[in-house]
Amino acid sequence: MAEAKTSPRQLTIISGKGGTGKTTLTAAFAQLTENKVMADCDVDAADLHLILEPTIKKSVPFYGGRNPVVDLDACTKCGVCTEVCRFGAIHDGVVDLFACDHCALCAHACPEQVIKMEDAHSGDWFVSETRFGPMVHARLGIAEENSGKLVTMVRKEAMEVAKKGSRSWIIIDGPPGVGCPVTASLAGVDKVLVITEPTLSGIHDMERVLSLATHFNIPAQVCINKFDIHLANTRQIEAYCLEKGIELVGKIPFHRGVIEAMVNGKTVIETDVPEVAPAIHQIWERVMGE
Amino acid sequence: MENTVTITIASGKGGTGKTLVATSLALSLPEGVQFLDCDVEAPNSHIFLNPQWEMEVPTGLVVPRVDESVCTACGECNRVCEFKAIVVIVDKVLVFDELCHGCGACTYICPVDAITEIEKPIGVIRKGSARNGIHFLQGLLNIGEPMATPIIRRLKKEASPVAKITLRDAPPGTSCPVIESVEGSDYTILVTEPTPFGLNDLKLSVGVCRELNVPLGVIINRADVGDAGIHAYCREEGLPILMEIPLIREVAEGYANGVPLIDVLPQYRDRFQELFDKILKEVRHG
Repeated sequence: MAEAKTSPRQLTIISGKGGTGKTTLTAAFAQLTENKVMADCDVDAADLHLILEPTIKKSVPFYGGRNPVVDLDACTKCGVCTEVCRFGAIHDGVVDLFACDHCALCAHACPEQVIKMEDAHSGDWFVSETRFGPMVHARLGIAEENSGKLVTMVRKEAMEVAKKGSRSWIIIDGPPGVGCPVTASLAGVDKVLVITEPTLSGIHDMERVLSLATHFNIPAQVCINKFDIHLANTRQIEAYCLEKGIELVGKIPFHRGVIEAMVNGKTVIETDVPEVAPAIHQIWERVMGE
Repeated sequence: MENTVTITIASGKGGTGKTLVATSLALSLPEGVQFLDCDVEAPNSHIFLNPQWEMEVPTGLVVPRVDESVCTACGECNRVCEFKAIVVIVDKVLVFDELCHGCGACTYICPVDAITEIEKPIGVIRKGSARNGIHFLQGLLNIGEPMATPIIRRLKKEASPVAKITLRDAPPGTSCPVIESVEGSDYTILVTEPTPFGLNDLKLSVGVCRELNVPLGVIINRADVGDAGIHAYCREEGLPILMEIPLIREVAEGYANGVPLIDVLPQYRDRFQELFDKILKEVRHG
């Protein structure tokens, strides 16, 4: 492809509401798109690897923030740290790491200088090979913070891999919601594909995530998953997109074969789920085609 | 608290039925349940409980503002900020609000007291009442704001500490917003589905609850689809399966329209009451 010489283009797939089919769609796109790198940016509940079965080539520890470590023998329990901490995370030199914001104010304020900040290993990121090409993904440690920072790491590495291999696309599986890891998944991408479902919750969250795309000035397209479970709501989504001038790129019907494919670790394209595979193929053509 | 109980409904994977369970549980219990929608990025419980809003409280994050006439550009604030939210370039101080955590380290360290703090709005807390005497509280993050956790923290503060029963509908995932939502609860119900994605994310959520030392039980939604992985895992780990909800077309249709499960299948009211009694027994007597 001609673009390969320039910067790779980036597509992020998001939904606002969880469980609308982001990863299923991303895995199908992984198979359909030539010459791309996959990036799983849902770092705190990553699932794409369950379908793409990556072989890890490189594993790098992720240090998200620093933790305060108190020398309890030297601590005089003067209470200054407790007083300055806005997160109620330190009492008598004992740190509650779940409440801690890792801001280091306690360390700066300690008159005895007995609090040291130490790098916290809060996850790992990986460069892998899959049957559909390279993939960059991550695992955030249980109950760890800084998922946005880890998303940024994954994207940076995916860009490296893409540039090195002269690849034309980076396809990003985004996290649910609209907060920090989502904004990190969206920053600077070329386009966003929003996958929603015809439920009032799905519509509510789709509207929020579309506002976010607008906020960042990123062109967005919409597709509807399981559109036939509620036709009236599907029509509502269609009307919404029409009104807002957002392109609706396709509708995917409900089919139990989608879950079977997932159970077998296959994409819906590989198992050729009736009606679903052709619908996704069409969506893919409209998203990647121009 | 002796006479209060807080139960959080969570799941690693999104779309497994957290809100479906949380709203019907609230409607099945005696009047006066306090309900907190902690999914401040994508809240949906109000769609099912339809509260009458009574109050809206803006929620902000304190961020620094530098008085340039006092500032000497010494760079101390830049040095102590862990988030690179305040940067000194030559003789100018730049503040990046969206990176700021509101920790106050710069304000504390500034040797000439050039920094004051303002509250920057990042979302709102809404309060209202819904059917069955539910006290409904919702946090809502403004679009474009990255930090959900301060809103959840505030939501928990706005909640009444003496409410007999508090339910929290948590966001999906396993990172900071989930931790903030689960932290301080007496019990967590993890809602999952019998698929490889459901299982993978359930394991992560169980890890979170164990780290936070909160007892947990599992509800399997759409229990008749997918595979047997969840059952095997729960057996191995000794996790109680509190309820299994099959995939029922009427329930899915109700869900799509914002109709709570127990309005579609009233027989579930008793099942939710039993489930609550069981949880209460475990919380009170271990």
